[in-house]
Parts: sequence; C-alpha cells; structure tokens
Amino acid sequence: MKRKHKRLTFVAVALVLLGASTAMFLSAIEENITLFVSPTDVAEKKYAQDRGFRLGGLVEEGSVDRAGGKTITFSVTDLSNTVPVTYTGILPDLFREGQGVVAQGRFENGVFVADEVLAKHDENYMPPEVAEALKKSGQWQGQAK
Amino acid sequence: MIVELGHFALILALGVAIVQSVVPMIGAHRRNAVWMASGNHAAIAQFLLVAVSFACLTHAYVTSDFSVVNVVENSHSAKPMLYKVSGVWGNHEGSMLLWVLILSVFGAAVAVFGRYLPPALKARALSIQALIGVGFYLFILLTSNPFARMIPPAPDGQDLNPLLQDPGLAFHPPFLYLGYVGFSMAFSFAIAALIEGRVDAAWARWVRPWTLAAWSCLTIGIALGSWWAYYELGWGGFWFWDPVENASFMPWLIGTALLHSCVVVEKRDTMKAWTVLLAIVAFSFSLLGTFLVRSGVLTSVHAFATDPTRGVFILAILLIVVGGSLALYAWRAPQLRSTGLFQPISREGALLLNNLLMGTAAAVVLLGTLYPLFIDALTDGQDKISVGAPFFNAVFIPLMTPMVVAMAIGPLLPWKRGDIARALKTLWLALFAALGAAMVAWMLYADRSPWGLVGAAVAAWLFVGVLTELAERIRLFRVPLADSLRRLFNLQRATWGMTMAHLGLAFAVAGITGAGAWKVESVQTMKQGDTVNVAGYEFRFDGAEQGRGPNYLLTRAKFTVSRDGDFVAVLEPEKRIYPVRQMPTTEAGIHTLLSGDLYAVIGDPKGDGFVTRIYFNPLVVWMWIGALVMLAGGLLSLSDRRYRVGAPSRSPRYAAAQPAE
Repeated sequence: MKRKHKRLTFVAVALVLLGASTAMFLSAIEENITLFVSPTDVAEKKYAQDRGFRLGGLVEEGSVDRAGGKTITFSVTDLSNTVPVTYTGILPDLFREGQGVVAQGRFENGVFVADEVLAKHDENYMPPEVAEALKKSGQWQGQAK
Repeated sequence: MIVELGHFALILALGVAIVQSVVPMIGAHRRNAVWMASGNHAAIAQFLLVAVSFACLTHAYVTSDFSVVNVVENSHSAKPMLYKVSGVWGNHEGSMLLWVLILSVFGAAVAVFGRYLPPALKARALSIQALIGVGFYLFILLTSNPFARMIPPAPDGQDLNPLLQDPGLAFHPPFLYLGYVGFSMAFSFAIAALIEGRVDAAWARWVRPWTLAAWSCLTIGIALGSWWAYYELGWGGFWFWDPVENASFMPWLIGTALLHSCVVVEKRDTMKAWTVLLAIVAFSFSLLGTFLVRSGVLTSVHAFATDPTRGVFILAILLIVVGGSLALYAWRAPQLRSTGLFQPISREGALLLNNLLMGTAAAVVLLGTLYPLFIDALTDGQDKISVGAPFFNAVFIPLMTPMVVAMAIGPLLPWKRGDIARALKTLWLALFAALGAAMVAWMLYADRSPWGLVGAAVAAWLFVGVLTELAERIRLFRVPLADSLRRLFNLQRATWGMTMAHLGLAFAVAGITGAGAWKVESVQTMKQGDTVNVAGYEFRFDGAEQGRGPNYLLTRAKFTVSRDGDFVAVLEPEKRIYPVRQMPTTEAGIHTLLSGDLYAVIGDPKGDGFVTRIYFNPLVVWMWIGALVMLAGGLLSLSDRRYRVGAPSRSPRYAAAQPAE
C-alpha cells in the first residue's frame, strides 16, 4: 500500500467509528432523554403522556405519609400546583419536607409513580430546575439557600 | 497572624509565578542560560510558598480557628482530627488551594528531577506551567479566598458536610487532583514542544512518566470516589453517570489514549501531532471538569451552592487555555513530521485503534454530559432535560466491547507489520474461556440480559488473552521451563506494568458486569426476628439499637446472614444524624465475598420494625481489585529505569533506525 492509501484506510476507519457512534448517540439520546416537568406543567398537561419524565419542586409540608410501609406517598409542589407522588423504597437521606426534590418516573392513574428520587450532597443546594419551576410559578423568593 | 501569613504567601506565589511565566520563556528564545535556569528556582520557590500557605490553612483547621470564615463554614470543634484535616480540601476554597499546591508540586518536580532535560524545553515547560498557575492564583485570590476572616469570630463551626466525613472521601479529592493537575505536565511539555517545533522519541519518554503518574492517581481517585458512593450513599450502585463523575472520567479516557500514543511516538517516531493534541485535550478535559464541578451549570448530585462569578472565571481560564493551545497547535503542528512507516495491522495500528475508541468514548460522554446545556440554550430555557445512565450505558458499553476484544489482540501483534490470523490463532484458549464464562453466567444468574453475557465473555477473553501474551513473551512450553522462568524474571517493568494494567481491566469488567447486570435487590419492612431470602442468602433482622459517635447520633441495626443454615456474616448498617447540620447519613452494612457483596441498608422506623433494603451485588469486589491492580501496573511501569522522571538524554537510537520509504 502506498502512504496515501494507508492514510485513507485510517481516515475510513475513523469515519466509520464516527458514523457508528453518531448513529448510536442519536438513537440512544432519542430514547433516553428525560424531560424536566414542573407541577404547573403537569396541571396544564404540558408533558408527554406516554413516557417517563422528571418531576421537580418542593416536598409539600405535611404531605409525607409513610403509612404504607415501604411505599411512601408525598406531594411535590411549586407553590401554585401540587402533584401526588408515590415511591417504593428508601428515600435519600436529604429528603425532607419543604426541601427541593427531583423525582423520576411516570404518571399512572393521576399519581406520579417515582422509580427514583434524587438526593443531593448539600442541604443548601437547590436543583436549578426546581428553582426554575418556582420562578415560573411566580413563587421564587431570591437566592436559594 | 498565621492566617494572614498564608494569604501573603499565596500572593507572593502569584508574583513568583508571573516572573516564572515570562523570564524562562524569553531566556529559551534568546538562548540565555541564566534566564532559562531561573525557571528552576522560581518553580521551587513557588512550591515552598504555596506549601506554607496550605500549611497555614491546615493549621487554622487543626486548631479550629473560628475567626476564619472557611473554617467556620466547614469545621466543628467536635469533629475527629482526620476530618479536620480533610476538611481543608472538603470545600471550594480549600480544594482550589490544594489544586495550586499540586500544580506547584509538579512544577518543582520538573525543576528538581528534570536534570537531563534540554534546558530550553525545560524552561518553556516551566513557563507554561507557571502561566496555568497564574490563572488559578488569581482565581483563588479574587473569587475564592480561603483566608477571609470573620469578625467577630464564631463560637463554633457549622461542621463539614457529614457525607464527606468518611475515610474514602478524605483521600478522594487529593488523588483526583493529582490526576487532573498531573495532566498539566503533559500539556506544558506539549506546548513547549509546539513552540520548539520538535517532538521525538526522547520527548515521548519524558512525557510518559508524568502522564503515567497522573493516570495512576486519577485511576485510584475515581475508584475511591466510586467505592465511597457504593458504601456511603446506600443505593447499592457505584457509578451514576452523573456530570461530575463524567468530568473525572473524560480525562481518564483521554489520558489512557495519551499513554498509548506516547508509546507509538517513542518506538515508531510517528503519530506525533496526534499525541500533542491528546496532551492538550487531556488537560482541557481536566479544566472542563473543574469548571463543571465549580460552576454548578449542570444538575448533579455533587453540586454545591455556587457563586456564578467563579464559574465565569474558570470558563475564562478554560477558553484561554483551549483556544490558545489549539491555535498554537493549528499553526505549529504541521511542522511535526513523522518518519515512521505505518501499517494498519501492526502494534502501532492497534494502539491507534485504542486511541480512536477512547477518543470516541470521551466524545460521546462529553456530548451526553453537555446535551442538557445545549437543549436549554436552543429552546431558550423552555425545555429542561436530563441525560441519565440509560443513555450512557446504551452508547458506552457497545463502544467499549470491541475495545476490550482488541486489547487481547493488540499486544500480540509485532511492530511495523503484523499478521492478524496468527495472533487470533494463539488466542484459541481465550476464545474457549470467553464462551465458558458466558455459559457459566447463563447458568448462575437469573438475569440473562445479553450485555451481562457479553461482559462475562469479554472479561474472560481479556484475562486469558493477557496471560497468553505473557506466555508468548516467555516462550512458555516452547523452550525449557527454566528458560521461560528466566525470561519471566528478565521482563522489563514496563512490560509487567502493561500486563497488570490490562489484567486489572479484565477484573474491573467482571466486577462492573456483575454489579450492573446481576444485582439482586429486595425492599421490605422487617420486624425483629424476620428473615428475608436474597440470592440464596437468609438475612435475619436482629433489631436495632441507639448510640452515639464522636459528633453524631446513630441507629445501628444488626442482620445475621446465613446460607443453608450455615452462618456467613453479621451486617451492621447504620443511620446517623449529625446534629450540627441536622443532616442524616446512611452507612451500608457490607460483607464482601469473592462471589459478591452482601449489602444491607436500613431506612425509616415503621411501627416496631424498619424499612430495609438488601442487595446481593455479584463480583463487586473484583472492581476494586481491578482498580488496585491497574494502579500497581501504573506504578510498576513508572519504576522502569528507562522511564524514570529525568530519563537519559535524547537518544538517536530510534530516530536513526528509520528506513526511508
């Protein structure tokens, strides 16, 4: 093989890799992105009914009910609208009433069934999406702290 | 007073760094030996000044000086001493101070150990190193001063985030930073080489030990972080594809590619421009990682309450470094002529394939990590999305599978021109092992997902493949055994390093597959005396008791685990509450077996019982063993006389031996 041809071989290999990874990327991202939705979006039905999404807001004060044993119900609110949530399992350590929370799951019969509730490492931290949801609903009061 | 001394030392270090970034560079240009040598003294002075500064902050922590804002916010008088010390870097300001400390350690190491480096190359590299330092000193002094005073002093501190009060996490940031910042050396040498317009075998031999050291530290840093997440967060998982985890993983991928391409530059005098580019990209990813962690632009479990000006500052540093170095690269790289031949089927071809796959993997991780930002910007903040583990698994695993398959073949190919059919023939045993492992996995584990079987197969394939390569090297069974043994003991340490690093990856793949594909989970409410069967093990809940630790209250549960009536282990998971921050943490109860981890977590009390979560995580321990074996491989290779820091002078051996094409 001449030098030029060798170089072409490598360019071809690189292009195939690039093409294959782009294809994988596009198909995987199509299936696996999750939209972030606020309780107000839910009230206005602005979410895809057929797929899972992330629901974010504050855990409503007094809404946490552990009566169901390992299944816990609580409400996520952006202070304008509220969505009931159930979750089976152990909640993250920093899950608390009045604190920001992000739950991933889907709607079943008017209840958001979460299969994952996200924890944060820092109790003062407010997920940007939650802050955004509060801003959108007009309930935002200054910097999250 | 000591605190002000620390602040002052840091300002002086900035001054020294400014001088160091200018004088040796001009000296190298004018061939002025004295100006060039000034870089050495400056680098050492910088290190001493930052060390003093760091010691001062540590002193404030150890003595619980609550007149310092940083100490008040991150320490408490009742905290154990280990966490008082680790608290120094367990916060933004202190961790940036650690960053520059490590940067200056590397600079001083070049000054001290780089005796045999050509003076001009060394002077230029030190200047670049100092230039990076200037950026970060300014960053600390202007936006993140750890020495700020609090007047009047606070009576006591607010304690360190309890999640960080853990031995695994105490040493996770320093190792991670040693890795991140270690790539600055490869970067500085790459820029210096671009300025000189010259890259050769000797250059690769100087860059290699620094890259190897950085890579080893990054490997262990990532493993520590992942180990911590595994036992402390109580999710039973070890890797979440969180943006901040990705931020440390991307430099690792590129660093791995860089290590392999350095070998090609050294042995075959080709792939030079590519190697220089990798060195630039590796450090850029390190900076990007720092930016992602410190700016909070992405939603992450690691995100801390952040200050936007800091993000903008690091972004500016990032843009200057990336933009500047790539512009220089575009201008100078065409001068880096390669002389080596290059056949696709050869050792160097296999190393290039490694580079392409590693680079692609890093690119995919980068796109996935930043995708939410793009969407946010494109839709003007209307669509907030997140890209999680399913995406990364769907893309990353198919990319890495051919990589691991090729890893067994590559080392069997000779340099220059290889015969792939012959290499494959030697691997017959590996093929049997792969099929056998897949069959065993099929029989053993309930979950028969295709990727689990593939994982088991490639782990066995790589394991046997690496051993086959070793056997070939010592000509086992083809020469008398004594001869083979002699060859075994005479192998170069760098060879051993490669063998171990590859074996380590085989172990790690097995562990990742086990924990990823075959995990068994069970959540239930348990009363005292209740038992639950998970993966053939009986877990009996023996109740819980209250207690107190040095600075926390705890609830400790007891599980007795048995199998077929035989006692196996006692697990004691804890739930802790740190009163200062009113923050609970979970400590998983884990018993490690070679076949898998027994893992129990307790949740909230429920009537007279507790919510409990129990896992059987198959093969997890092999992941940690794999990381340690990889680290050992890195260190062994680092101890090879030929690659020691300050290696011999430019040798014409390889450069002269190239036949004309």
